[in-house]
Amino acid sequence: MSILIDENSKVVVQGLTGREGQFHALRNRDYGTNIVAGTRPGKGGENVDGIPIFDDVEKAVKKTNANVALTFVPPAFAKDAVLEAAFGGCELIVCITEGIPAKDEAEMYDILKKETKASLLGPNCPGLISPGKANVGIMPHEITMPGNIGVVSRSGTLTYQAVYELTNLNIGQSTCIGIGGDPVPGMSFIDVIEKFQADSETEGIVMIGEIGGTAEEEAADFIKQYVTKPVVSYIAGVTAPPGKKMGHAGAIVSGNKGTAEAKIKALTDAGAEVVRTPTEVGEAMKGAING
Amino acid sequence: MDLFEYQGKSLYQKFNINHPKSKLIKNIDEIEESIDLNFPIVVKAQVQVGGRGKAGGIKVAHNSTELKQHSEEILGMDIKGHLVEVLLLEEASNILEEYYISFTLDRSEKKYLIMLSAKGGMDIEQVAAENPDDLVKFHVSPSEKLTSSTISELIHEANLNQDYEESLSEIIQNLYQMFIEGDCDLVEVNPLAITDEGVMALDSKVALDMNAKYKHTYFEDLEEEIPIPDSEKYAKEKGLNFIKLEGTVGIIGNGAGLVMSTLDVVAENGGKAANFLDIGGGAKAETVSSALEVLEADENVKSVLINIFGGITRCDLVAEGIIEATKGKKLVWPIIIRLDGTNSLEGLELLKENPNDKIFIEGSMDSAAKLAVEKGL
Repeated sequence: MSILIDENSKVVVQGLTGREGQFHALRNRDYGTNIVAGTRPGKGGENVDGIPIFDDVEKAVKKTNANVALTFVPPAFAKDAVLEAAFGGCELIVCITEGIPAKDEAEMYDILKKETKASLLGPNCPGLISPGKANVGIMPHEITMPGNIGVVSRSGTLTYQAVYELTNLNIGQSTCIGIGGDPVPGMSFIDVIEKFQADSETEGIVMIGEIGGTAEEEAADFIKQYVTKPVVSYIAGVTAPPGKKMGHAGAIVSGNKGTAEAKIKALTDAGAEVVRTPTEVGEAMKGAING
Repeated sequence: MDLFEYQGKSLYQKFNINHPKSKLIKNIDEIEESIDLNFPIVVKAQVQVGGRGKAGGIKVAHNSTELKQHSEEILGMDIKGHLVEVLLLEEASNILEEYYISFTLDRSEKKYLIMLSAKGGMDIEQVAAENPDDLVKFHVSPSEKLTSSTISELIHEANLNQDYEESLSEIIQNLYQMFIEGDCDLVEVNPLAITDEGVMALDSKVALDMNAKYKHTYFEDLEEEIPIPDSEKYAKEKGLNFIKLEGTVGIIGNGAGLVMSTLDVVAENGGKAANFLDIGGGAKAETVSSALEVLEADENVKSVLINIFGGITRCDLVAEGIIEATKGKKLVWPIIIRLDGTNSLEGLELLKENPNDKIFIEGSMDSAAKLAVEKGL
């Protein structure tokens, strides 16, 4: 099994007519993903390489039964696009767009949570792939292989790095997910780890974090309480220069949390194996599932 | 982007937030002209670093002689490595009470957070640590409005002077508007004061969300006023995310996470990174050649490590950029390259077709970092 997406997922691409949208959607389709529709206001009735374009998501869903939206629209329109996808009937929205204002993200998340049942992945994320089944986003599928390890990460390129290390050791993945590093991400580490824990075919979990925020510490608490599967983790930014603090307000809210040391300690205390470089992820997971 | 105090106060003007009358000066001659302020006047160094008061960067002048004297002293002063180039001259307020208020995003709760305390004018982190009950915290749902009844409750809960409730409520509402509509990451006022001229925001600590730049034309004007180190100017012009560090291994990578990780792996191999340089997602050939140009300006760089894992970034375009920037050039330092991910085979092929004796290709992040450290010795 995999989580969130599989061979039955039907994907509508928002912004399919744009350069990035088209490049990646066609790559996703070549991989075997059911890309069933695209949207672009005013271009309904046209098509991109055989993929029908609709004026909005609701129309696309009615015609094609799409249940997943993949969003490439520019930052200024992203909030409306995500809400359109949710109200249009998509269960999962994968928002790749980078550079959305924080207020838009916060408002978007709040409305989604209060008024819809849709789950949001991102924004500013690489999307997700269930190897051998579906790729929704911009992850390079060449480095993945089907298997039983769930991968979740805040950073796009570090997700690839970790997946690559696993595949090199012949360790396949159930689903690989980049949750994005923006101030208000939709799905959190916890949301994803909970699903991996519940998935009967996921045997181990790789979690890649980085400095800043407290998402890793919160995930560590969750892992300690609820996760029985082996967890291998890597935290980037041990030697990074200290980031800017959000005034005294930021210091009061985050306290001692947010540093690489605090995250590594929280995860180690929670029973995860924390490795020192991303290249060690593969070996550590190999040891964890065989041992 | 963190603003100077005077810039934050220019936003107060925009959002009708009462604050002291002031004038900005950049050189002493400007004082000679009529400054149109009533004494006493507070002379405040405009620097983006805490503790300027203790460092002598804030002084009160009671007459023109003192004003000139203090201004001369503070202008050009070095406060913790920050040169004072701008002074804010501000009419002193007769303060009756001092409060603290801030507006920020609480990332864990995914809601806006208002913090309010009757103990302003002092170190608020200390108040929060020692007397947490003195700091009232309130979360606002991003899709809802901040109502005047909520503000009224907050004023009561924080024990602010209720004789001033109406004007406190107004200034809090306006500060919140500035936080929301002005796309601020942070609005922090310490002190928010009751003076004999009413309620006023005496200080400002404001950070802007630069992702919202397209919504506000004045973001760019404010940005231009903030000096950036020469080493970072060119990178900024080219839209590269660059931070200069102290080491000798120049780093170019894609994605903040991977670049941060590259710094760590270089350190694991006994080296030190000369910089953080993220070419971002979807970089084109031109981006990569600009990145190499940025590193050329840093004399400390002894070797360069290019670590790319292609997703939205295509490795063949990165390779084209490297070739474009290095073709026919005598390279000052060795470049160690690691390419994986989208179109990596095409990228590696291009590099092989255009060999350069100072360019080395490595198969893994670890081995590339190791070689970059060795070559940089």
